[in-house]
Amino acid sequence: MTTSTAKINIATTSLAGCFGCHMSLLDIDERIQDLAEVAVFDRSPFTDIKHCNQSDIGLIEGGVCNAENVHVLREFRKQCNILIAVGACAINGGIPALRNNIPLKECLEESYIDGLGVVNPQIPNDPELPLILDKVYPIHEIVKIDYSLPGCPPSADAICAFITDLLAGREPTLPDELIHYD
Amino acid sequence: MIETTIKSIIHHHASDPTRLLDILLDLQNQFGYLSAETITQTADLLDIPVTRVQGVVAFYNFLYAKPVGRYRILLSNCIIDTMHGALAVMDQFCQQLGIKPDQLRSDGKVSIAETSCSGFCDQGPAALINGVAIASLNSQRIASIVNLIENDTPLKDWPAELFQRPDNIQLPGYLLKQAITPGSAISSLLSRGTQATLDEIEQSALRGCGGAGFPTASKWRYCRDAEARQHYVVCNADEGEPGTFKDRVLLNQFADQMFEGMTICARIIGARQGFVYLRGEYLYLKDKLQQIIDERTANHWLGNDIAGVTGFDFEIKIRLGAGAYICGEESALLESLEGKRGIPRIRPPFPVTHGYLNQPTVVNNVETFATAAKIALEGSQPFNQQGTANSPGSRLLSVAGDCTHPGIYEYPFGTRIDQILDDCRAENTLCVQIGGPSGTMIAEADFHRHISFEDLPTGGSFIVFNGTRDPLEIAGNFVAFFAHENCGFCTPCRVGTTLMKNTLSKINSGSGSQDDIAELHQLCELISKNSHCGLGQTAPNPVMDTLACFAERYQAKVNNRTFTPDIDLEAALQEARQLTGRDDPAAHLDQFNE
Repeated sequence: MTTSTAKINIATTSLAGCFGCHMSLLDIDERIQDLAEVAVFDRSPFTDIKHCNQSDIGLIEGGVCNAENVHVLREFRKQCNILIAVGACAINGGIPALRNNIPLKECLEESYIDGLGVVNPQIPNDPELPLILDKVYPIHEIVKIDYSLPGCPPSADAICAFITDLLAGREPTLPDELIHYD
Repeated sequence: MIETTIKSIIHHHASDPTRLLDILLDLQNQFGYLSAETITQTADLLDIPVTRVQGVVAFYNFLYAKPVGRYRILLSNCIIDTMHGALAVMDQFCQQLGIKPDQLRSDGKVSIAETSCSGFCDQGPAALINGVAIASLNSQRIASIVNLIENDTPLKDWPAELFQRPDNIQLPGYLLKQAITPGSAISSLLSRGTQATLDEIEQSALRGCGGAGFPTASKWRYCRDAEARQHYVVCNADEGEPGTFKDRVLLNQFADQMFEGMTICARIIGARQGFVYLRGEYLYLKDKLQQIIDERTANHWLGNDIAGVTGFDFEIKIRLGAGAYICGEESALLESLEGKRGIPRIRPPFPVTHGYLNQPTVVNNVETFATAAKIALEGSQPFNQQGTANSPGSRLLSVAGDCTHPGIYEYPFGTRIDQILDDCRAENTLCVQIGGPSGTMIAEADFHRHISFEDLPTGGSFIVFNGTRDPLEIAGNFVAFFAHENCGFCTPCRVGTTLMKNTLSKINSGSGSQDDIAELHQLCELISKNSHCGLGQTAPNPVMDTLACFAERYQAKVNNRTFTPDIDLEAALQEARQLTGRDDPAAHLDQFNE
């Protein structure tokens, strides 16, 4: 994948996630310098690029909870050669998906109508707001995903090992100790 | 009052937590369902955690934590019952009774739901009403049942013809031609000697008839040789593999012989206590079986000093299952027998050394015990002069599906599939499912193969499908069965079977892509290689077999896209559109983003 001249493009985003996976990515500490030698970030919270350009690797944190998530995810799928579901929420829906067993009406009423301290109660309906889906979905149910990187969040070592493998053109593998959580 | 009733039921079962399943079934018979209060008091009185009682109630399909109708109808959703019109039966019941599936009618009188194969595939569609099996449901029978329910007629007063369940023995062989005279095999055992009888069974090379085919004599010897304070004999009468009903017929006509086989086993391994674990679907057979046990006890073929031999003591108790396919797996069965959730144990150790209450236990199928009794009486020769070198003897097949003469056929091992299809008058056969959903599906090119442990092993289920059937729909039914019946213990099976069901249903609905076929291949591999027990290891078989035999049918059902979403995106926004009143362009999503 690497060539001597061009750098690898990595794009990242968080959909219905907590940015914890991004924080974990930053936890690779000084290894980010090695990464910077061979890669640049495209669309990512680190760059504030608004739309994804053609990229080699896309890292998606979080599940899909609204229409905007669907659009962003599709853009990433279109622009990234390799798309990776990073962390529990992207893979399974995670914590945000806890709402899946509660009817959407009850969720919205609890938040915007009946909740403690709500002023001017109404369910928000501004067209600028992304419309919410009935449930939170794992990203592989919406687009084709090439790899999944498990963890909540995946450890910095796991992220580093995974990306290192990809950059070296190897099929990524995670040794047991990097995906063993108890 | 309620507390007194609970106390007396628990007292009746010796306040023994290993009898929890019996206790709960009795409590449910008394109260209609198991309320939170009943559950809490039961736990208190038995001095066990309430979560254990809740766990058991949640595990078994025939235990209800919520009110159900005074008349509970459970329709078998087995593939064969479905082919025979189970869906229409459900519609008719719902329409005439004014109910919906899984809902209690407002007057509390009646409820209806589906259940897994109830063991009447040769006379489907079938149902269990308050636990009692009723077969051959048609418009006329449905109308009279509805009438009886609306008139509050107690089940015991329903016309006997509703409960006719013919045995349909179409082709008797070694086992079915003639039942042994009760007591005769015990006499042979006593005159030949215990060791010589075991040797005879070893010579016969009898292998377990439940499906796994473990050599019976070895099992009995391992168990006998395990030192312990108690040994147990357990008869596995929990045939739950969809399409199987041969044990029902044996229990109806050959129970005496089966009990005799258990008694011989008890003598050989040194057991004083035996159990018949009877599947809940065969509740109607319980009284008859108990009567035979009582008769045998009166005749000194059970009880103390059997046949006058001092110290030859053996008693048999019937324990009822409560609707859980997994309890056909021997270690799950033992768990259930101990009053727990039917979760398969980690093996080894095997039941022969650590079985019921951790004591050495022989668990064998109904057919195995009945056959062992006959071998003990007649010697090994008549048995093993038929069959093949590795599979001596005969096998009972429960033949059903698209054939004119469904029923029980007894064939020597080595019988070809096309011979069986001829005998049951199957025409235009597309494929045959051998050994039930966990077995093998074969298409026409393989009809020359034969029933045997070395070629096509089977626990007895033999389902015929003709050219009008869709193999992918069949696989869908089977996979839904596994998704429903898995015990929930290990993730590959619990989650995997549901993913398999969803993916197959996506393909069957026409919204699948090439990616979904690839996904199915991966899932099958993952589930079969990583599951804890045989259920998960075999659950992908229907998908793998149809992928191999009917690849072109999969191709015909998927679209040309490399990927299609698993969900309908526009539908997923519908609720939010309603709640917000929005209909602007951003409030909609295209299913595909080209």
